Amino acid sequence: MRTFEENFEPAALAVPVSKRDHIQGPYDASLTLVEYGDYECPVCGAAYPQVKAVQSVMGDRLRFVFRNFPLANIHPHAEHAAEAAEAAGEQGRYWEMHDVLYENQDALEDEDIAKYALDLGLDARRLIREVETGAHRDRIREDFRSGIRSGVNGTPTFFVNGLRHNGPWDAESLVASLVEGAVAPA
Amino acid sequence: MDKQTQQRYDRMYPRPQGHTALPPGTAAPDFKLRSTPDQLVQLSDFRGQPVVLAFYPADWSPVCGDQMALYNEILPEFQNLGAGVLGISVDGAWCHAAFARDRKLHFPLLADFEPKGEVAKNYGVYRKGEGVSERALFVIDAEGNIHWSYVSPIGVNPGAAGILSALEDLQNKEKEKMEEKKEEVAK
Repeated sequence: MRTFEENFEPAALAVPVSKRDHIQGPYDASLTLVEYGDYECPVCGAAYPQVKAVQSVMGDRLRFVFRNFPLANIHPHAEHAAEAAEAAGEQGRYWEMHDVLYENQDALEDEDIAKYALDLGLDARRLIREVETGAHRDRIREDFRSGIRSGVNGTPTFFVNGLRHNGPWDAESLVASLVEGAVAPA
Repeated sequence: MDKQTQQRYDRMYPRPQGHTALPPGTAAPDFKLRSTPDQLVQLSDFRGQPVVLAFYPADWSPVCGDQMALYNEILPEFQNLGAGVLGISVDGAWCHAAFARDRKLHFPLLADFEPKGEVAKNYGVYRKGEGVSERALFVIDAEGNIHWSYVSPIGVNPGAAGILSALEDLQNKEKEKMEEKKEEVAK
């Protein structure tokens, strides 16, 4: 019989960060923050400005990676929103769409997504077609699976330098955790 | 989980409990429980395929919701590994029905309601003073034996990584058996 206390190993990122990922900040930055998130999850929405604050404090020392973990049954727009971000990524504007989605969590219908695509100057027709046909479904599922393997049990889940961050995710705590990891790498 | 929820949990379920959960290798006690007001589920009906049995303290409490919502999303992966998934708590069938509808759950929630917590007791995961089960996971093999079990702190969502590893382990064993049989036949 294994219990949590007896068998506690900090959950680690099962799939390391690679060129496959959407990365903000230098690829070879010394510190890495990975978020598994869902665009319709209100808690992820609350974490969004915190991550921005972490990025502004850490500057070029940090690379931030976002992976999809849509809980589609409780968040009916989450899957299409994730598709929209990936489709925008195909047109080179992943992070712009990522931001717009988190800044407009209460307006994630397909019409809203089409409008955001137009506002960003993207080929909206192509983007919507990709969203509707689930062109990026496999990639999103890949993210999801890697999350499960890594011990993601809800959203948002953060990984600081490859290890799951179990504490609070306000900017101050995340920065502290990032910097601590830098001093004594695991 | 946020700090406030954690504190509410600590108040509701204060005492750390000794772990008496049935260990791997034990035959999984059979049961027949209501999953909806007009449907019964019996464990032995799953003989021939692995079953994930997830005990949780209560419908509607924040972490449980997350845990069941998570298993709901992972259901295709569990099914790819040939497994059935059953959630189980002491809540009644009507409560389960409302909870499952609200969270759009696609697997059955069993009501360990009368006699209250009997199945949890049989599996060694009942919290007597508080009248709920532990947050405990059992992976039962195709022959009805416990292959893996795990008790999580009651306020912590144990996720699914452990379940998937256990199911893969079973699948590999199954493959080995098949190959041995093939070899025997070849001889």
